[in-house]
Amino acid sequence: MSQIERKPIDDDTKELLKVVSDADIEELLSGAFNIRSNSGCLGRQDSENIIIDSKEDGPGLVIHIKPGTKGEKVFIPACITVSGIDDLVYNDFYVGEGADVTIVAGCGIHTTTGEPARHNGIHRFFLAKGAHALYEEKHIGTGADETTKIIDPVTEVFQEEDSYLEIDSVQLGGVDKTLRQTKAKLDARATLVIRERILTDGEEEARTEFEVELNGEDSGVNLISRSVAKGNSLQAYQSNIIGNTKCYGHSECDGIIAEHGRVDASPKLVANSEDAQLIHEAAIGKIAGEQILKLRTLGLSEEDAEKAIIDGFLR
Amino acid sequence: MLEIKNLYFQPKGERQILDDISLTIPDGKLICLTGPNGGGKTTIAKMIAGVEVPSSGAILLDGEDITDKDPTERARLGISYAFQQPVRFKGITVRELLCLAKGEVATEDELNEVMAQVGMDGAEYLGREVDTHLSGGEMKRIEIASVLMRKSKLIVFDEPEAGIDLWSFNSLIRVFEELRDSRKCSLIIISHQERILSIADEIVMIQEGSVGLHGPRSIMYPLICKTDCEDCDDCFIKNKGGEN
Repeated sequence: MSQIERKPIDDDTKELLKVVSDADIEELLSGAFNIRSNSGCLGRQDSENIIIDSKEDGPGLVIHIKPGTKGEKVFIPACITVSGIDDLVYNDFYVGEGADVTIVAGCGIHTTTGEPARHNGIHRFFLAKGAHALYEEKHIGTGADETTKIIDPVTEVFQEEDSYLEIDSVQLGGVDKTLRQTKAKLDARATLVIRERILTDGEEEARTEFEVELNGEDSGVNLISRSVAKGNSLQAYQSNIIGNTKCYGHSECDGIIAEHGRVDASPKLVANSEDAQLIHEAAIGKIAGEQILKLRTLGLSEEDAEKAIIDGFLR
Repeated sequence: MLEIKNLYFQPKGERQILDDISLTIPDGKLICLTGPNGGGKTTIAKMIAGVEVPSSGAILLDGEDITDKDPTERARLGISYAFQQPVRFKGITVRELLCLAKGEVATEDELNEVMAQVGMDGAEYLGREVDTHLSGGEMKRIEIASVLMRKSKLIVFDEPEAGIDLWSFNSLIRVFEELRDSRKCSLIIISHQERILSIADEIVMIQEGSVGLHGPRSIMYPLICKTDCEDCDDCFIKNKGGEN
């Protein structure tokens, strides 16, 4: 059982950890975890069923979740609290046969001055037969406006038969530039659910790209993307669902634009089999006037009504 | 008390929708607005809630001129409005909508009680989103529940019966009576439904943007709820349905 002694955690990092992990520090430290901070390690702990090792060929971790592990959570957050850092990390997650676990990752950048700060996390998920996993990923940027904060996550998913992966991904402001790439390959009866929510404001730019190959019979993907682009921000969405056999694919891209925000959605469906059922839905527009009116008749101000609508939409 | 004085409404380039409407709604009374579709009933409801602005005329609440007040200000003065066509919200749950309506976090008991009043099971519905997965009838009942969560002086219900089953409807009738009799709330209900007309204190018939007939239920009800008038051209009860 590997363990790296925990170093002191400063207040900025604590605050970031709380937000990106959606948990208090005590919960985070109670099971398996690895805290990455400014390209170093602030602490690591295995549990009986979840083993975290350093990668031998580069920066990053190999996380082994034993077959049959049920109900455990593993936290793998990354924080950057100084500027001028260009962090690159490769994390591989092996979820054993029949396991059912929650993986909480995410990245927070809090800088107060100076040079750009960038985190590039490359996460690969290998789900064995019948494995179930929920992967929660939250990205946030805080601190000085003049520092460019960049988060470029890459997620690669390999799902064996009857496995189930749910990716719950949130980026709620403060990240100046992001390119999020997700690729997945699914075997028979495997299911992938992706829920992505992105809020951009000011001059921020968020690009997101999905490519899902449905290779096994009765495999399925449900891809739900919700975006809110405010200020002068830009969001670009690309998805490509490839059905190579009898399979089911559904993608849904909803965008709210406010002020001078822009959303560019390019969904693509490729059916290489006559039994592939692929559906795409997309809707982009400003907040419906009748929604604001309804909430105003309940006593909310126009600003509070807009906030409630956007908060709900991105939840 | 709500006073509507000489209300006119004619959107630019369109026909006149309201033509000199004057009405007084006393405290603790239930007034039914009825009449043919397209007659202007929903427009009057929107004018009271501040969702539409009249071309001329005035609306007074307890003597205060609220004609220039916006929907938020009117809601805060105690005016509530249940839309004829409920609005859907992606991501907002029934629980959240009801708490927004209350203006603060509501207890589970309060939420379950209001859901029961509209004939719904809180355990089944409170966590669901107010989106396209709910049927028209479910949306209608949640719309009414959202209004019941508020502390109101005056509530406008626009065709509350639409899409509601008989069992829930009976419960709703009791809710209307309780609002009027115990909470001393003024109610304006737009309806074609005989059962609602039968509990009204006053019935107002709105036709072609004007007040046609107006009087106490005892006089109005027998006039308009004749059972043998199927072929009568003047009967509006047969013209059921909504206006936009």
